[in-house]
Amino acid sequence: MTELPQSTQKKLGLVIDLDTCVGCHACVISCKGWNTENYGAPLSDQDAYGAAPSGTFLNRVHSYEVQPDTGPAQLVHFPKSCLHCEDAPCVTVCPTGASYKRVEDGIVLVNESDCIGCGLCAWACPYGARELDQAAGVMKKCTLCVDRIYNDNLPQEDHIPACVRTCPSGARHFGDLGDPESEVSQLVAQRGGVDLMPEMGTKPVNKYLPPRPKDQPPDLDVLAPFLAPIDQEPKGFLGWLDRTLDKI
Amino acid sequence: MHPAPSVIFFSVFSGLGFGLLFWLGLGWPSATGIVAFVFFAIAYVLAVGGLIASTFHLGQPKRALKAFSQWKTSWLSREAICAVAALFLMAIYGAGAVFYGQHWRVIGVLGALLSLGTVFTTSMIYAQLRTVPRWHMPLTPLNFLSLSVAGGALLAGQVTWALWLILIAGGVQLATWIIGDTRFAASGTTLATATQLGGIGQVRAFEPPHTGTNYLLREFVHVIGRRHATKLRVIALGLMVVVPVILLLVPFSHIAGGLALLAHVAGVFTARWLFFAQAEHVVGLYYGKR
Ligand code: SF4
Ligand code: SF4
Repeated sequence: MTELPQSTQKKLGLVIDLDTCVGCHACVISCKGWNTENYGAPLSDQDAYGAAPSGTFLNRVHSYEVQPDTGPAQLVHFPKSCLHCEDAPCVTVCPTGASYKRVEDGIVLVNESDCIGCGLCAWACPYGARELDQAAGVMKKCTLCVDRIYNDNLPQEDHIPACVRTCPSGARHFGDLGDPESEVSQLVAQRGGVDLMPEMGTKPVNKYLPPRPKDQPPDLDVLAPFLAPIDQEPKGFLGWLDRTLDKI
Repeated sequence: MHPAPSVIFFSVFSGLGFGLLFWLGLGWPSATGIVAFVFFAIAYVLAVGGLIASTFHLGQPKRALKAFSQWKTSWLSREAICAVAALFLMAIYGAGAVFYGQHWRVIGVLGALLSLGTVFTTSMIYAQLRTVPRWHMPLTPLNFLSLSVAGGALLAGQVTWALWLILIAGGVQLATWIIGDTRFAASGTTLATATQLGGIGQVRAFEPPHTGTNYLLREFVHVIGRRHATKLRVIALGLMVVVPVILLLVPFSHIAGGLALLAHVAGVFTARWLFFAQAEHVVGLYYGKR
């Protein structure tokens, strides 16, 4: 049913650290890999080796330039996948009941055998987290690797989403955001984690940790104090040349 | 938003068809026999044809029946149910008029209300979306309903009603455009709220996630249509309101009536195309586009 549960027992989700993400796109690849090589239909690509390739991805990494009032611009890499919203608008619009939010852990899923591919859920999601697979004709979205995190055939360390397992810089964290004592909740509290587009009223479970303020080192050149300052007013031949050229 | 032809056809034709059914259900005109048959045939071709066109954009049309199940939350599901209920009741009412020369009032009025309900539920599919601020306002259902009732009156040959209703629909359309233009800014959603990086400074989309295009950009970011928006609005309003009103004011003839209808429908098509082409989805912000 597309009615949202009043509350969920857990709020499983991701915490994404915009301070440490280096924009390597490894999570994009591991996500695509896991969801293509394993259970169910692959995430299809169209014209993959042709002139206009395009494909279905459940996780994409944007990059933004932020220009403070003073100082140099900062580059922020910005991974984005389904935020498993508490008030998920994508679920309530679904006419077939294919989209649903699980009571036990809050994961938002699509039952692909019920989906008619009307696309309305993708319209309702503000974050662009849902993509209609052009080959399968059904809606695809992040499953929070529901086929990994409870999978007893995998070793314990793999009971986390593929993107989290892969991230080389530790920018992605997985856990229960409904439990204030969990590591992810603590991290959000410490670092002031935020919701994306809070004005949309979706109450996303996934949180983003803003980049830490950059420090402003006074002078990084350790040799500077030992070197004589370079002369601003050249003397000798160069000085003569400078003055003469000025006059012409 | 991508102006998909199937969705535009669906919403214009089924809007007209259900608009005509509304008038037929109320008994204006209260035709019987072969004349009633022609009226009902036109209404059903438009309404059902539109509904069939709407399945063309589905990824899995063979499962379309499942769309009747989620009426508790989904406007799309409510639309499907409303449409089938309206078509069912109006078929009974139509059979009475065509074969028995009878007008079963209660069924007709109920069918008329359900026909309006279908148009309303269609419009709510768009109006409910916060993600498309231009659509997320009460004027959207008003726009759909007024056009449907006006077009229906024109088809039903209710000249005086048609005249006034077309003028009203034109006014609503104008308001929808003018207020719609301010909705994105009024929603307060910007790249700064989307990324939550505005506290550091001015945010600019630097590099997209991929070099090619994707489903999101194809579906939600459509810039071509907006370039000629003002011209198209003038054309739409001219065809939809000005031409039919002039043709209806001259002494009635079937030719003038037919031309008025053609112009009106062409105008509604243009306006509906703009409805999609001009609508901006907030996800475009993440791509530095609108
Ligand atoms: S991020 Fe989008 S797809 Fe995911 S739950 Fe929220 S609205 Fe739905
Ligand atoms: S595309 Fe599928 S999951 Fe999304 S609203 Fe339509 S039927 Fe539901």
